[in-house]
Amino acid sequence: MPDNTACNNCALHNTAGLKKLGIDTANVDYVVALAGNPNTGKSTVFNALTGMRQHTGNWPGKTVVRAEGGFSYNSHKYKLIDLPGTYSLLSTSQDEEVARNFILFGRPDVTVIVVDASRLERNLNLTLQVLEITDKAVLCLNLIDEAARHHIKIDQRALARDLGIPVVPTTARSQQGIPELLKAIDDVATGAIICRPHKVKNLSKPVEKAVKQLAGALEQQFPGLPNSRWLAFRLLEGDSRITAAVKNNELKELVRP
Amino acid sequence: MTEAEKDNEILARAAGLRWQLGDNFHDKLTEGIYTDAAQIAAHAVETPAGERHYTFDSKIDKIVTSKTWGFPIMIGLLAVILWITIEGANYPSGMLFTLLIDTVHPLLKSLAAHIGLPLWLDGLLIDGIYLAVAWVVAVMLPPMAIFFPLFTLLEDFGYLPRVAFNMDALFKKAGAHGKQALTMSMGWGCNAAGVIATRIIDSPRERLIAIITNNFSLCNGRWPTQILIATIFIGALVPASLSGLVASAAVIGIALLGVAFMFLTSWGLSKTVLKGEVSTFTLELPPYRPPRIWQTIYTSVIDRTLIVLWRAVIFAAPAGAVIWLVANVHIGDITIANHVIDFLDPLGVFVGLNGVILLAYIIAIPANEIVIPTILMLTVANLGLIGVGDTSGKLFELDSAMATGSILSAGGWTLLTGINLMLFSLLHNPCSTTIYTIYKETNSWKWTTLASLLPVIMGLVVTFLVTQFWHLIWLMPEVKP
Repeated sequence: MPDNTACNNCALHNTAGLKKLGIDTANVDYVVALAGNPNTGKSTVFNALTGMRQHTGNWPGKTVVRAEGGFSYNSHKYKLIDLPGTYSLLSTSQDEEVARNFILFGRPDVTVIVVDASRLERNLNLTLQVLEITDKAVLCLNLIDEAARHHIKIDQRALARDLGIPVVPTTARSQQGIPELLKAIDDVATGAIICRPHKVKNLSKPVEKAVKQLAGALEQQFPGLPNSRWLAFRLLEGDSRITAAVKNNELKELVRP
Repeated sequence: MTEAEKDNEILARAAGLRWQLGDNFHDKLTEGIYTDAAQIAAHAVETPAGERHYTFDSKIDKIVTSKTWGFPIMIGLLAVILWITIEGANYPSGMLFTLLIDTVHPLLKSLAAHIGLPLWLDGLLIDGIYLAVAWVVAVMLPPMAIFFPLFTLLEDFGYLPRVAFNMDALFKKAGAHGKQALTMSMGWGCNAAGVIATRIIDSPRERLIAIITNNFSLCNGRWPTQILIATIFIGALVPASLSGLVASAAVIGIALLGVAFMFLTSWGLSKTVLKGEVSTFTLELPPYRPPRIWQTIYTSVIDRTLIVLWRAVIFAAPAGAVIWLVANVHIGDITIANHVIDFLDPLGVFVGLNGVILLAYIIAIPANEIVIPTILMLTVANLGLIGVGDTSGKLFELDSAMATGSILSAGGWTLLTGINLMLFSLLHNPCSTTIYTIYKETNSWKWTTLASLLPVIMGLVVTFLVTQFWHLIWLMPEVKP
């Protein structure tokens, strides 16, 4: 790409700030997790952000182990973790537990949720679950070119307003939107943007009541717990990992200082 | 109240509330999330009015997942990939042989003589380690550099989930998970990778089935063996112009036989030690995406070919040393290799193989890639052949499949031995990396042992039966009046 195009001169396009570090992740300032449904191009986004060349494949469930990489932006050093692609975080298969435990216990500074723009509704299912766990997230509306080809239009402002997090349309395969995505990650990590993540509203009255009660009890025991509602969901379902976390006081560590 | 008491109180309260809410909390929660998602999507997404625009994809899907064409297309694609690999690998393989073995090896020898390296060290380093490594590179690199990019292009295009879709019903009948089709395909590249990929299967029972049966997918360490033996013994049965096609057909036959054994074993396991219900799952058929050809070639050469080759080289080096040692250290009048071969020969011949092949499979446990070089070297050492290669027990230079064939026939090999070797290459223990991976994934010696021994036992039984059947057919004319 020539260096003097309008895009490259734009303040957003921080080529100097974006020094791709490959696998070097020592002394990082922020940790970013990459979550998303299978086959939404997460690994491609990962490669675009880190300059690494993780094997990508057009089939669901390709990434079953965590891949790590690093990049730096605006003189902040980032560590990026590519989580296994999952449809939800509510079951107990290995890949879902890896993803869920990382977002919950790994406490990433930012979680980037990669969604397939042409299958937004189905992908929001996972997005809403992630937003119950963490309040620092960015939605990466990937494969926007495919959506356009299928004449699907997405009002990204409405989406950002409803979800309460930054929304960045990208086509990671051809690097489109990656500079904007980097800026959004940086803004959320540094606190320049404060997210007000959407919490699930359409719960039946008894469920909502039970969740509120339990979440209240959790917050009393662990003041400042950021994801009490989601933990209440899991406890109501009898999740053994979370039950153990209550018992061994692991939840205390979830409270941000 | 102490901390622990408070914690317990929370858990008790959760249990109480769970009791009140009934057992469909999960469904209620999921429903709530779905409703929210639908509302947000309705707010933000504007879909085109009228008909959906996925016509191109669904047109392809109608053909590639149809009852009539699904399987022929799958087999046809595999055949084309294998044929290109077999035909295309010949020439670069020959060039690598000329370079690494005909040119560099004598150069190293004369260099060693020049600096006065002791004979045993010269043998161990140059005739053992160097030749084993050079052999592996020449045999492995060209087919992998062709096979992997082609396979990856297919993967990038989005074809693999369609394979899973086509085979789902078969897996269900075998009592296994439909996603096993994906892990099976991964196994065609590398069984260790295939075993790790089984993490996408939620149910522990079906995951174990997928792990134990992954070895029935021919891995890249075994494709070259299959291709070489098929070319020598089966391709040679027909005129040269057809030999590439016939050899590919034989290799596909073995690969499909592997799939058949995978289903049979899955079925057997799910009816005996791993009984249980088949779980249902949703498999998304991703949209077809035009493969990015150059990037795919780049990543598959870097990620797969070179990494797999590196692994093969790392295992080939010590194996080369072991081969040289067992073929050169004498106990009594004969070498260690001869002792072991004499010991294994009765069993080998009994199942239609020979002692050399069995010893080669023991030496090659770390990596299937080195089976053929080991067999050739041991055959030469065992026979004391003069004129081809060398009698001093080193891996020798052979620049064509036919020269390899002449060694093997001098070693008493027949078409039957070739067929049995192809079968045994499909049905034998996984390599040590895969065994270790199985242990790490299952955390159980019991399942690791089963996964390691089951294929060997099956291999011995199958080659034995084939041999008996073969002799039966050949004896028939004599019995006739």
